[in-house]
Amino acid sequence: MGLLVILTVYITGRGLGASGAVKSAVVTTADAIVPIHAHTNPYYSKFISSDKSPMYNWLVFESLGIFFGGLLSGVIFRRVKKIRVERSPKITNKTRLTAALIGGILFGIGSQFGRGCSSGAALSGSATFSFGGVIVMLVLFGTGYAIAGLFKKLWI
Amino acid sequence: MGPLIPNGVITGDWDFVIALLIGIAFGFILEASGFSSSRNIAGVFYGYNFVVLRVFFTAVIVAMTGLLFFDYFGWIELDKIFILPTYLTPMIVGSIIMGFGFLLGGFCPGTSYTAIAIGKLDGIVFTIGLFLGIFLFSETFPLFKDFYYSGFLGNVTLTDVTGIPAAWFAFAFTVIALASFWFTMIIEKHIRKKITEYKF
Repeated sequence: MGLLVILTVYITGRGLGASGAVKSAVVTTADAIVPIHAHTNPYYSKFISSDKSPMYNWLVFESLGIFFGGLLSGVIFRRVKKIRVERSPKITNKTRLTAALIGGILFGIGSQFGRGCSSGAALSGSATFSFGGVIVMLVLFGTGYAIAGLFKKLWI
Repeated sequence: MGPLIPNGVITGDWDFVIALLIGIAFGFILEASGFSSSRNIAGVFYGYNFVVLRVFFTAVIVAMTGLLFFDYFGWIELDKIFILPTYLTPMIVGSIIMGFGFLLGGFCPGTSYTAIAIGKLDGIVFTIGLFLGIFLFSETFPLFKDFYYSGFLGNVTLTDVTGIPAAWFAFAFTVIALASFWFTMIIEKHIRKKITEYKF
């Protein structure tokens, strides 16, 4: 993984990422459904240009790759199976899915303030000695440990 | 000569082919490390599985050291690489929010894509959540626009902030990482004996 970060920085001048692709998808959806609103919203409009779709973006292609790479590994190690939910035996599927949805929403919001998620900010940011990247890494994992007790039932 | 794309060695639409290939390698490593499972990931916070810490720390120290060597040999111009900008307060708040998201969801964005790839419904739901979260953020953005841009320090590195050379940070991270590998191995052994809800 470290070698991949070096290779990525060597080729592209920047690191890996993941949340950016979902951001592009949100911007594209907003632009397709209510274009006027998307152009006037100060956040969407940062990512809309006149000649290219926001989906024509490095991170979108990279994230597609993450999916296919995961699939490839899953096929090799025989982990691709029919649709299922993974959870602690102590909770129901419904609890797990609700927690996953809320978790996703929070991660989505947090990654915008954090200027990236665990891959873009914490991993690639720290690896390139970015001060902000190291802050994200420390606070993200620090919060995790601080609040782990609250959510213990979800996992063990 | 590196970084290749900013220096114009690789041009045009190859960009996206490379993005796809790098993504495939990234996704493969994430899945093969066991990160398509939220319970493997969450283990790092409960002491029963420290694979996240091992993979993450190894990646950071290998990349830090490697980039310094690339710079030393003149293969890469470090002043041309992208340094993530620092917006101190919003980044701290964002990371706390992400911390909660991590503990509830058990994934981060990248790992949830690999969970989808192998058929996990919780991975799909998490990614839908990401979409909704970013949508909510964008729609309410005007309300906290000032906060979003606050605490801006520039595209600063650890060295810019502290004056300590990058190599010292690479060295310190390596020492901390190696110590944590040893320490967490002991914790993991101890905790695994007591846990029955999770199979190893």
